[in-house]
Amino acid sequence: MHIMEGFLPPQWCAFWYVLSIPVIAYGVYRMNALVRERREALPLLAVAGAFIFVLSSLKMPSVTGSCSHPTGTGMGAVLFGPSITAVLGLIVLIYQALFLAHGGITTLGANVFSMGIAGPFVAYLVYKGCMRLNMNFYVAIFLAATLADWATYVVTSLQLALAFPAAVGGVLASFYAFGAVFAITQVPLAIVEGVVTALIFKYILQLRGDVLVRLHIIDEAKMRALRGEVVA
Amino acid sequence: MKGELIAALVIAVFVAMFAIVSSTTGGEWAGADDQAEDVIAHITGGTYQPWAEPVWEPPSGEIESLLFALQAALGAIVIGYFLGYYKGRQKSSE
Repeated sequence: MHIMEGFLPPQWCAFWYVLSIPVIAYGVYRMNALVRERREALPLLAVAGAFIFVLSSLKMPSVTGSCSHPTGTGMGAVLFGPSITAVLGLIVLIYQALFLAHGGITTLGANVFSMGIAGPFVAYLVYKGCMRLNMNFYVAIFLAATLADWATYVVTSLQLALAFPAAVGGVLASFYAFGAVFAITQVPLAIVEGVVTALIFKYILQLRGDVLVRLHIIDEAKMRALRGEVVA
Repeated sequence: MKGELIAALVIAVFVAMFAIVSSTTGGEWAGADDQAEDVIAHITGGTYQPWAEPVWEPPSGEIESLLFALQAALGAIVIGYFLGYYKGRQKSSE
């Protein structure tokens, strides 16, 4: 989903920076609060960040005959919310921009917006919505992670379409053209990412279900039922 | 075990699809990022010139693979370390 260095006109680079910076600032503030108040959740914060690191390095072949990578942001968004996940995403994007020439510093604002903000925001809403509908915990995680991944690429397509409207058909025609490259490549990868994320949550629930309860991600009764413990 | 089975099944289907597409079509397996560059060139009629260059580019594809592998390895170490830490704590408290 990286928009390459120099491939967005300057005014659009500035626009996405302006939208992303407040979210990052709020995320840093929230992360500081988390570090102070919930020390028991710190290992999970590291795991969520590392998950984005691993998944976004995997360039996987998709059925469309091209390659792309998962984002891994669904996990952080469910655990800590979108703003903290945006900070984790920013770290990964800076690494890739500086050492791999994937993405760029001029396009960092746009890339942070699609991968770090839009995707996690979708994951957060989907997860909360599914839990309110009393859906199975793992199904909720799967949907959240899958849609977060996919939403990232839809937003990237939209960002490029806004900057490069087609002579005939305008922004919409461009959106279809970029969507055909990004969004369609991404569908199978997003499904795989959703399944892997749900599996990781299974282990977290077994090992530290108590932390999930304290972060208000799941209530105690549901957690015990999923662990196969008898509800008292 | 149910979760692992579902994951294995989905990944198996994914690999099978890759095998089928590889053998039946002339997929080039290029990066989607690069394809987007082609779309930009197509829409603008090739007039758009990138106005910034990456600060540093990996000197070869080999070095790029190294840095990607490093990224994955660093992440995997952190995940393994902390999940292992949780597991150890759980064992010792039993």
